[in-house]
Amino acid sequence: MALTKEITCHQAVALVSDYLDGALSRRERRRLEHHLAGCDACSAYLDQMKVTIALSGSVSPEDLPEKALTDLMEVFENFQRDRNDEGD
Amino acid sequence: MHYHATAHHFRGFVLWASTFARCNYPCAMDDEALLQRILAGDREAFVELVERYQTSLVRVARYYVKNEASAEDVAQDTWIAVLKGLERFEGRSSFKTWLFRIAANRARKTGTREHRVINLDPTDPVASARFNSQGMWIEVPAPFTDFIDAKLANAEVVEACREAIRLLPEPQQSVVTLRDVEGLSTSEVSHLLDLSEANTRVLLHRGRAKVREALEGKLKGGYSWH
Repeated sequence: MALTKEITCHQAVALVSDYLDGALSRRERRRLEHHLAGCDACSAYLDQMKVTIALSGSVSPEDLPEKALTDLMEVFENFQRDRNDEGD
Repeated sequence: MHYHATAHHFRGFVLWASTFARCNYPCAMDDEALLQRILAGDREAFVELVERYQTSLVRVARYYVKNEASAEDVAQDTWIAVLKGLERFEGRSSFKTWLFRIAANRARKTGTREHRVINLDPTDPVASARFNSQGMWIEVPAPFTDFIDAKLANAEVVEACREAIRLLPEPQQSVVTLRDVEGLSTSEVSHLLDLSEANTRVLLHRGRAKVREALEGKLKGGYSWH
């Protein structure tokens, strides 16, 4: 951890999410990058946050309850029937 | 420098994470291809599309309506509207955006969100106790990539992440689901949930920090990534 920084680690972690989304102002981004360049701890936090976001993006949908699937199949069958009726 | 030493691992991790494609149907099939199949009467394609989005659809609906049953009704109505509107869907926005817009509009009509106060959750997402009086880390966080190697193919860690998201309070849960699970833009999320972009970003920051903390807790507890 660097001893001299313009922002503290505590302040830096509050900027990480916006930083990864490209939502910081140029000034904030520069301050954070300056901090990260001298701070392994916050760089590690940034790494953790990147992994967290990547993991969230790989969360697969939950299995659907049988009832929900049956109901939605009925929706599809009705849709098909209506289309076929229109086509007749 | 330690962080640079882990950058290689991080790239490997992203490749690994990308192998967890969110589909069961032929994995290369994107939404638009499924839509074409549905229009051709392919029932399995519809099942795939439903399975892909139902969880998040119910989540968005639940944000507006008073209980789970109402949210499921909204999701079902959304699928009916999708099927009815499919031939007119012009692809100006992505299917995903179109789908969630339909769900949010329908949920708004039946919902009570306008009577609720958005809770931004003022608690510090990274506990102050982790920093000293100068605002520096007391204990350096360990990069997650230290626990990941090329052999890693463990769905358990994704499950831990899913559970952490599921335990987030609203509206953080909806924001993280739409932004990080579904990959919508912050602007799209803010429109779908009737939030300002600034509030959406605050909620996202807090939600992500909590999910990160939960994963860190798993690791500290001797969680195995193998």
